[in-house]
Amino acid sequence: MTGAQILFLVCAGLILGSAVMVVTARNLMHAAFWLIAALFGVAVVYAILQAGFMAMIQVVIYIGAIAIMFIFADMLTRRDVRESRAQIGRNWPVAVLLGLLILAGLTALILAQPGVGRVAPALPSGLDPVAALGKALVSPDAYVLPFEVASVLLLSALVGAVYLAFLKKQ
Amino acid sequence: MSIPLSWYLLLSVALFCVGLFGVLSRRNAIAILLSVELMLNAVNINLVAFWRYLDPARMAGQAFAVIVFAVAAAEVAVGLALIIAVYRRRKTVVADEIDLMKW
Repeated sequence: MTGAQILFLVCAGLILGSAVMVVTARNLMHAAFWLIAALFGVAVVYAILQAGFMAMIQVVIYIGAIAIMFIFADMLTRRDVRESRAQIGRNWPVAVLLGLLILAGLTALILAQPGVGRVAPALPSGLDPVAALGKALVSPDAYVLPFEVASVLLLSALVGAVYLAFLKKQ
Repeated sequence: MSIPLSWYLLLSVALFCVGLFGVLSRRNAIAILLSVELMLNAVNINLVAFWRYLDPARMAGQAFAVIVFAVAAAEVAVGLALIIAVYRRRKTVVADEIDLMKW
C-alpha cells in the first residue's frame, strides 16, 4: 500500500460519502454543500492522475460557478419542500434496486476486462499536458470541431437562460 | 503511480450509481440536477483516467472531459433557469407536481 493508494482511497471515501449525502440530505442547502465536498474530492483525483489543468478547472468551474448557481437557485425557490415533506419519492426502492443492479453489472463487466489491473505508464518525457491540451483543442486534425461546437452550445445556453429568466408573468 | 486502472473505474461506477439513485428518487427538481452533476463527474473521472493510463501523449481524454465541462455548465444554466421559471408560475419545484404535459 503506497502513499498514492492511501490518498486515492481516502479521496474515494470522501467522494462517495459526500455523494450519498447529496442524494439523501433533507435540506437542499446541505446537499449543495455536500456536492462541493464531492467535487473537491474529484479535483484531488484529477491531481493524482497528474491532470493539473483538469483539477484547476474542476475547482474554478464546478465549485466556483456551478455549485454556487445551485445554492442561488435553492435560495430563490425556498419555503417549498424543505423539512415539511419527504425529500425522497415513493418509488425509492425501485431506484435503489436499479442502482444496485447497474452497479453490480458494470463492476462485473469492468473486472472481466483484460488490462484493468495495469498501472499508469510514465508520462512521455518532454510532454507538457497543459500545452498539449491547448494545442489539441485548436488543432484542425485534433479536436477543434468539438471545441467550436461547445462554444456554440455555451452561447445558445446563455441566450436560452437569459430568455427563460426574463419570461413575463402572465 | 501504483494505482490500478480498475480502482478509478470502480470509483466512477459507484459515483454514477449514487447519482442515478438520486435522479430516480429525489422529488425536488434542483436535487435531481445535483444528482446529474454527480453522474457527469463520474464520466469525467473515467475520461481522465483513460487519458492517463492508455494514451497520455494524445490528449483525447482530457479534451473530451473539457467538452463535458462545457456541456455541464450549459445544462445547469438552462436547467436552473427552467426550474426558476416554473417556480415563478406554479410555486413549486417538486417534479411530481410539474405535470402540465402529463397525459
